[in-house]
Amino acid sequence: MKKTLKRIWQWIDDRSGLSEMLHPLLQHKVPRGLKWNYVFGSATLFCFILQIVTGSALALMYQPSSDKAFASLQYITQQAVLGRWLRGIHYFGASAMMLLAGIHMLRVYLTAAYKYPREMSWVSGIILLLLTTVMGFTGQLLRWDDNGVWSAVVAAEQMGRVPLIGPSLARLLMGGDTLGGHTLSRFYTYHVFMVPGLLILFLGFHLWLVVRNGISEPPKAGRPVDPKTYRTWYRNALRSEGIAFWPYVAWRDVVFSVAVLLLVVLLAAVAGPPPLRKPPDPSIVYTQPQPDWYLLWIYALFALMPPEVESYAMFFGPLIALFLLFALPFLSNKGERSPLKRPWAVAGSIAVIVLIGALLLAGSRAGWSPAFKQRTLPPAVAASAGPDVKAGKVLFEQKGCLYCHRIGDKGGIVGPDLTHAGSRLSTTEMHIRILNGSTGMPAYGRLLRHREMQQLIAFLQSRQ
Amino acid sequence: MMIPNNIPESRRSFLVKLSLWLAAIPAALVSVPVLGALLAPLLRRSEQQWRKVARLSDIPVGATKLITFINADPLPWAGTTARSAAWLRREQEDLFIAFSANCTHLGCPVRWEEKAGLFMCPCHGGVFYGDGSVAAGPPPKSLVRYQVRVKRGTVEMKTAPVPITEIQD
Repeated sequence: MKKTLKRIWQWIDDRSGLSEMLHPLLQHKVPRGLKWNYVFGSATLFCFILQIVTGSALALMYQPSSDKAFASLQYITQQAVLGRWLRGIHYFGASAMMLLAGIHMLRVYLTAAYKYPREMSWVSGIILLLLTTVMGFTGQLLRWDDNGVWSAVVAAEQMGRVPLIGPSLARLLMGGDTLGGHTLSRFYTYHVFMVPGLLILFLGFHLWLVVRNGISEPPKAGRPVDPKTYRTWYRNALRSEGIAFWPYVAWRDVVFSVAVLLLVVLLAAVAGPPPLRKPPDPSIVYTQPQPDWYLLWIYALFALMPPEVESYAMFFGPLIALFLLFALPFLSNKGERSPLKRPWAVAGSIAVIVLIGALLLAGSRAGWSPAFKQRTLPPAVAASAGPDVKAGKVLFEQKGCLYCHRIGDKGGIVGPDLTHAGSRLSTTEMHIRILNGSTGMPAYGRLLRHREMQQLIAFLQSRQ
Repeated sequence: MMIPNNIPESRRSFLVKLSLWLAAIPAALVSVPVLGALLAPLLRRSEQQWRKVARLSDIPVGATKLITFINADPLPWAGTTARSAAWLRREQEDLFIAFSANCTHLGCPVRWEEKAGLFMCPCHGGVFYGDGSVAAGPPPKSLVRYQVRVKRGTVEMKTAPVPITEIQD
């Protein structure tokens, strides 16, 4: 039996040349000292493969039609055999892919692996990161609940800020004047055919470059890259002390990727996919759209940017960021690679991590969003007070103050906490603020009668 | 690569050009309908429609009510996505204003807070006064208005594209 199988394989291998093709790839020499910080790229790749497999399985049940998609998602989540788990894997797989792509990029930047002769690896990597982000965005949209439809509108609005062609881009994205039958089909096509096609194309190129230029050696302080001599030096280094990629280096990739995949599968089983929300009906205005976690930082950025510059920042911001990212290997393609000799690169990386981390945190708190669920304060707040204070409490609830201001542990966090407002502000100061509002607060002068203003201030003065 | 020396260079370059130009013909032909499908939303404009959205008696003077309507020319498989909402405000006996429900910041749906007299957006904290002007937050301009008319006791509203805020707004 074993003998027969071996003969069959030999026949296949002889006629197809599979070993001949793969052997040099697997056995190609790579530098020594590639440790655990070289595993993120391959783990991203395995996540992508996971996404293709689970995505195909989801497509067996998904209905890419504006009127049926939501029902098919409910079916997948609630009725289909292990459908909830499958959706969960696709979601956590996407999360892992975004995260790992980011870490991979950070590692490449910190060790300056983008320098000569690997500039194209960096450039194609940026394109892959962009495509992955597009996959993440279109993927959350395909959930096609209220979040899905409003994601499409928000994306169209962002496109609208592009000078001259903005409105046309917005129409293209929505598939017409408004959301409708075209919208989901188009996003489905992007998510399932076009963008994955491009991803595979650039991924092939990205991997080919690894073979062509070799894996970058671990950087050493005081050993700068010199484009004149680097290739010869690298070749000689490989010849004298290189080791075969498989299995001496690849085993770490396998161990880490397996750990990632197991974690994804496990998380999916335990936590499950993001819950479906309201149906995709743009006439339901009582909804609070929010992107998935990996886009929360952009959502936060849009809320926190100064409004005067925002329309420009929405267009020029990504443009400048992309230009800088693409330009990086051309601005500095030689010299020191070690992070020890590039303190500014380390500082910059930390700054970016802190910034994105802070924005993610801010996005998850969404402190700028009114707390619409907070409609009343507990009666105890003004239990033993006079009639004006009592009336002021009701006004505080009715006029929307509570959506944005906190009293005790109730209320929104858009504006200042007013638990102790009475001890901080005089009656006049309160009057001026409420009357005129601010950039974040409406001018209530036109919304409150004189008597109401007195009652509201009486209530606030009682907050000691 | 060895080029047999009995074949002239002119023949080689002719064959290269011939092959590339020939291949360009089907590529160009096929891309016409493909680009047509891709750019269809720009090429096809649908006529906007007047929709009955309320009876006069439904909306007291001074009130602001949510109205829902079907967009112009929906596709049969649009389902609930063919629906849109707007806020209809009866300013005077015979004067109506319809505000698009889309916040001018990034398009999220604003809600009317009756007692406060404000439109509030759930996404990034935009707030508008009852007349649609910006009260607070990031929106760069007032809520967009739709056309309204009163005909034989019913209020009609003209459908419109989702308002897109442009960079100069």
